[in-house]
Amino acid sequence: MVRLTIDRRAIEAQPGQTIMQAAQDNGIQIPHLCHEPRLIPTGACRLCQVHVGALDRPPVLACATPVSEGIEVVTESPELAARRKLILELLLSEHRVACTTCDADGECVLQDLAYRYDAREWTYGTFPHSEPVPLNYTSENRAIEYDLEKCVRCGRCVRFCDEVQGACALTFDSRGIGARINTAYGRPLHQSDCELCGGCVRVCPTGAMREKAARGLGRRKDLTRVRTTCTYCGVGCTMELNVNPRLNRIARVTTEPGMGSNDGNLCVKGHFAFDFVNSPERLTKPLIRENGSFREAGWQEAIARASQGLAAARDQYGPEGLAFLSSARCTNEENYLMQKLARMAGKTNNVDQCATTCHAPTVAGLALSLGSGAMTNAIGEIKNVQTLFLIGANPTEAHPIVGLEMKKAMRKGARLIVCDPRDTWMARHAQIHIKHRPGTDNMLVNAMMNHILAANLHDQAFVAERCERFDALCENVKDYTVARAAEVCGVDAELIRRAAEWYAKGAPSAIFYTLGITEHTCGTENVQNLANLAMLCGQIGKESSGINPIRGQNNVQGACDMGAINTVLTGYQKVSDEAVRAKFAKAWGGALPANPGGRVTDFIEKAEAGELKAFYVLGEDPVLSEPNQAKVIESLKKLDFLVVQEIFMTETAKLADVILPATCFAEKDGTFTNTERRVQRVRKAVEPPGEARPDWRILCDMSTAMGYPMNYVGASEIFDEIAALTPSFGGISYERIDKLGLQWPCPTRDHPGTGFLHKGRFTRGKGLMHAIRHRPPAEEPDAAYPFMLSTGRTLYHYNIGNMTRKTASIAQKQNENFVELHRLDAERLGIADGGLARVSTRRGSLVIRAHVGDKVRPGGLWMPFHFVESVTNKLTNDAFDNITRTAEYKCCAARIEDAGAPRA
Amino acid sequence: MSKLTPEIEKLREARRAARRRRPARAVRICTTGCRALGALEVHAAFERELAAAGLTDKVALLKTGCQGICAGAPVIGVDPEGILYLGAKPEDVPEIVRTTLVGGAVVERLCFQGRQGPIPKRVDIPFFAVQKPLVLARCGRIDPTSIESALADGSYEMLERALTGMEPEAVIAEITASGLRGRGGAGFPTGRKWSATRAAPGELKYLICNADEGDPGAFMDRAVVEGDPHAVLEGLLIAAHAIGARQGYVYVRAEYPIAIEHLKLAIAQAREHGLLGDNILGTGMAFDVKIKAGAGAFVCGEETALLASIEGKRGQPRTRPPFPAQSGLWGKPTCINNVETLANIAPILRMGGAVYAGLGTPTSKGTKIFALAGKVKYTGLVEVPIGITMNQLVNDIGGGVPAGSAFKAAQMGGPSGGCVPARYLDMPIDYETVKEVGAIMGSGGLIILDGATCMVDLARYFMDFCAKESCGKCPPCRIGTTRMLEILTRICAGEGKPEDIARLEELGGQVKKNSLCGLGQTAPNPVLTTIRHFRSEYEAHVNERRCPAAVCRRLIGFKILPEKCICCGRCAKACPVPCIAGKIGKAPARATEQDRENGKVGEPFAIQSALCIKCGACFDICPVAAIEKK
Repeated sequence: MVRLTIDRRAIEAQPGQTIMQAAQDNGIQIPHLCHEPRLIPTGACRLCQVHVGALDRPPVLACATPVSEGIEVVTESPELAARRKLILELLLSEHRVACTTCDADGECVLQDLAYRYDAREWTYGTFPHSEPVPLNYTSENRAIEYDLEKCVRCGRCVRFCDEVQGACALTFDSRGIGARINTAYGRPLHQSDCELCGGCVRVCPTGAMREKAARGLGRRKDLTRVRTTCTYCGVGCTMELNVNPRLNRIARVTTEPGMGSNDGNLCVKGHFAFDFVNSPERLTKPLIRENGSFREAGWQEAIARASQGLAAARDQYGPEGLAFLSSARCTNEENYLMQKLARMAGKTNNVDQCATTCHAPTVAGLALSLGSGAMTNAIGEIKNVQTLFLIGANPTEAHPIVGLEMKKAMRKGARLIVCDPRDTWMARHAQIHIKHRPGTDNMLVNAMMNHILAANLHDQAFVAERCERFDALCENVKDYTVARAAEVCGVDAELIRRAAEWYAKGAPSAIFYTLGITEHTCGTENVQNLANLAMLCGQIGKESSGINPIRGQNNVQGACDMGAINTVLTGYQKVSDEAVRAKFAKAWGGALPANPGGRVTDFIEKAEAGELKAFYVLGEDPVLSEPNQAKVIESLKKLDFLVVQEIFMTETAKLADVILPATCFAEKDGTFTNTERRVQRVRKAVEPPGEARPDWRILCDMSTAMGYPMNYVGASEIFDEIAALTPSFGGISYERIDKLGLQWPCPTRDHPGTGFLHKGRFTRGKGLMHAIRHRPPAEEPDAAYPFMLSTGRTLYHYNIGNMTRKTASIAQKQNENFVELHRLDAERLGIADGGLARVSTRRGSLVIRAHVGDKVRPGGLWMPFHFVESVTNKLTNDAFDNITRTAEYKCCAARIEDAGAPRA
Repeated sequence: MSKLTPEIEKLREARRAARRRRPARAVRICTTGCRALGALEVHAAFERELAAAGLTDKVALLKTGCQGICAGAPVIGVDPEGILYLGAKPEDVPEIVRTTLVGGAVVERLCFQGRQGPIPKRVDIPFFAVQKPLVLARCGRIDPTSIESALADGSYEMLERALTGMEPEAVIAEITASGLRGRGGAGFPTGRKWSATRAAPGELKYLICNADEGDPGAFMDRAVVEGDPHAVLEGLLIAAHAIGARQGYVYVRAEYPIAIEHLKLAIAQAREHGLLGDNILGTGMAFDVKIKAGAGAFVCGEETALLASIEGKRGQPRTRPPFPAQSGLWGKPTCINNVETLANIAPILRMGGAVYAGLGTPTSKGTKIFALAGKVKYTGLVEVPIGITMNQLVNDIGGGVPAGSAFKAAQMGGPSGGCVPARYLDMPIDYETVKEVGAIMGSGGLIILDGATCMVDLARYFMDFCAKESCGKCPPCRIGTTRMLEILTRICAGEGKPEDIARLEELGGQVKKNSLCGLGQTAPNPVLTTIRHFRSEYEAHVNERRCPAAVCRRLIGFKILPEKCICCGRCAKACPVPCIAGKIGKAPARATEQDRENGKVGEPFAIQSALCIKCGACFDICPVAAIEKK
């Protein structure tokens, strides 16, 4: 500790801290414009000058000067005030002082400081300002407006774009008085490298960078900030919805460093993709199908009709006659109610949610190997990982804030190994990129373990002490030589060896994976094999070291935790366990069903077979999200009765008998659990549109109508019931997670939550090693379909796109489906970059735009699946993981041909 | 410390061989700075004429760097006599060959013209008499494109000595003892900079030569790199040995193509001779040098901006700490020395730090090169012991202000510097004294001003330069310089407000105090020193709407004095507006009766001042000074 005084107050600071940091930690506000805690000090604004020691010595910059023992810092004096006033008056001399119409009024640092130092805007002449804003790189852009005449050139935006986001889209242009912010070559923002993270807007101290869509929707004093959790991916960013209550509108989204795991950062979806909340396409009234079309209905009638349809199937066909699809988009409370409704009112274990579509192999695989299926480390630990091992993960697009944490680690010198068939951002920045063939992960991982064992790099003590069935693993990987893997995976053997060595020796190493691992017919095995690798090297159960599936949906972790799975109840308490069933039966006042139940992919097959008669779908659109769309539609049409609870008219809803208008995340209270097992609050910010109701209320009414009364006054009451029934949630309450969420397991009220799992002991006791054989994908390229097609997510859109595609600025960046193919293939087939191509599989065919390059391997194709007008899942293969029934989205055989010239 | 290695022996042999081949009879033509005034054509003429005279083998014809007296460009030296010919044209070359090289006599009309007649020999010319060339010793003598030429003149001898006989600490001690201060402008003690970099922890250290000479009027670094690039390399190598640097850069502005060309050649030649690379002269020392061409930003002469530029970033300074010695290029300890500083290193080792410290003043040791320019008879590069007086520089070396005018002030240190008025003519020029009167030594730019210079306009000129060159990072410099420029422009336009002078002083003081880097911290100097020493000129502009030097166009008027007008009509012809009318003929005062009868009497011309754009064309062209400007 360094002791010093600031304005005669004795304080203690960390060695290496700057005077600015020490002051801020102690609540002392030193004026500044360019300083930002996430950015390297630049010393541009000159406002943070302070005296150190004698007042007649030249002042120093608080932002750049480290603290030292015994110094006496003075932050205010007539001299400093004169200096600050001069600087502020110079800034005001070129500033469009238009606070009356400025969106930043009331939260503008320049405004505050000018007031504080009595700086006048006319002292050095008033600048002839233009109206409207002079044309610049944002003029044609729909997301962000840059107003040069409000810009103080502090460079926060440029530095954020460079130092935090790593997009390097912004730069200073020109010099002297003409210096301004620009993109490279002055390209329009949406055509630049900008990723629309909104960071420039969030760090701007004045009104120079603002969201165009927020223009006129409110100033600081008009807006209420509601702290909540982002509704998109599983990172679970803490954000504040800035709501104008008069308009019942979200004006903009903000967040601050230190507010959550995202530490002040957001991605394009978190910052911009909330226009859907206020969309005119929202469902506002219950709809009932009558004579082939929908008519509006009252809630009472809709609930009655829906409950009758479900109850009829239950009563006529028993527990296998109806199924419930819960939603990873909804809150923990709602998922809890849905599975309770399924089991108590529906009397069936036929309950699932979209984890089956994505990370079910994680839940199953890690549970088998380690005893619990979740990310073992916390997001905050990522920056201290020394060797990052990414396989089948594209964090900068699918989980951008986790991507930022990885960038932090890289800036601190971490080594990066990426195994991915595609040149993702991370792959391009990796020291080792293993660009292996899709579907050869186990070959690769086995060969790595083969090499690690041969080189004696495994952690023998860890294996001996904490793992079992090591012999089986050794025996299994014997055949998987590096040479063989190099051949099968199509990569350089040396890369495999080096990756194995780096991973084994990393201090520490951590594995990160997502759907590139799970969405295979061998998905669960892939996961188990990664667990093998981590255990073999002892790279698990430590801080910043472990195996980390990054979950896809905002609350897919929670949906699983809440027991919206056929085989488990809350906190993965097994349905098959007699004691568990008894406990729940007592709490819920009735016997639990004992049927095995199935997965969503089973539901569709059973509907096809005529065994499933009624289906209640909550906030999911299987018609778009499940593979082989034609078959899904055909199957759902065979149902006797389909209830869909939604915020938009989805493709699945179009097939429904009753549609119930629900509320989105901004219109209700509850909790989401993010990928690092952190239970976080979701808060109501705006009133729902029309007669739309919170899902938990609809579920209560439905259950009651089906004969199992449910009554709760609010989400908090539901959560308390969950906590009481779930040991790993026992210590969590709304009160405790008011500001910052808690990571389960958190069994007691005084438990601080669990940052990383498996410390000293695996959840299941000893880690179980599995002998995993390499199995090729269900469908491999052949003469008729010579390409291997994989699907995935892009940065700009979220899954089926019905939320993100409502935002115009995002549409400007990416608004149509495309296929990536290798330039060699494109040349051979005469397909032009930007031209149209027909992609066909045994299940369907689409004409879409071709993106030619070298992101994919020769022979590979890659497509996103966000576009309802061009449904990629018409093409994908309905072949499933042998354990969790997750579809093989990452591999199917396809054909591509030229379909015309580029559109003008 | 290394012993003599075979490689060193080999280098010595190369030097001995070069010395043996060194010609006695030589013609040396400056083809760097003098190139702009036809030096290459003169060189070609020499080639032709020497061949014609059959002297090609007997006379060595050398293209050299700057020989100092730029007023006499192109400058030609003839040895062994030591004759200096100034301003020769290609057509003069046959005569030089005939008279001097064949005839052994002097072409007097091409010699320096002293008060008592032509002075043929360089050593006798007063311009050179007071000089003490240490850094420029080889410049203008050797062929900068030939390492043999440099070796013959002693290049790399001090490197040999340092590598074979001096521990790094001993080198630093010698430099510290010499009292050498950075010649780039700030005057930071070089020995201290080197020890700090040596002491900084880290395997990889960088050494950078700052050749981004940006001050208008300063060209000493350019002359050294162009004329003696091996002096820079030798300085870098000795410094690298002293501080333990492994990689060097020369950051040189792209506007110096000859410097870059010569430096590239020198680096290639040095590498061939084992003077750069992984095992320098067999001693195991590893060091190499890359050239980084700057893109023309003045601010990149500031060391942190220079570092950013080398890193491929926008050339903007950053705040210190951390200092480059701790965290410089790519975060590694880095030492940045200016060209002239590095070129001082070998001379210091040669003469010994203590002897070097005997030159100059108690606080400012050694010599300094000045770029003497402006209203002085003999402009050029001069290297003098620090502490010489302004009087010596202007009058003894520069030959004084041309007849008809008088020394008014010297502008020292370019846009960062200030003006030293006539009353300080006897002031010794050293770091401290210059600072006391409000100027700075800077890089050594010295512009002599006479009565025809308006000090407000001069200040406006330099402020315009700084405002344009401000990188735009910090508000005091970015906005402050522009606001000061606006005020100065207003004053020069006759629209000054009574409070403007005080505002300039206040704003200037704040810009100095608050700016991030040296650019802004010094940008107000020309304004503040001219206000300090020439306040009355400002007051005349503001209060009387008058420019005493008759420079500021909006404040002057032209008037043709009818009694002086000879009715030649040239003024009317030259007038672009036109606003001058009269009748060509004999001036009425001088007209004869006959003229009158023949109607040959002119009418004195007159300017319609409402239309006059005050371009001064009439004033310049009038053959009898009949036009008054005030």
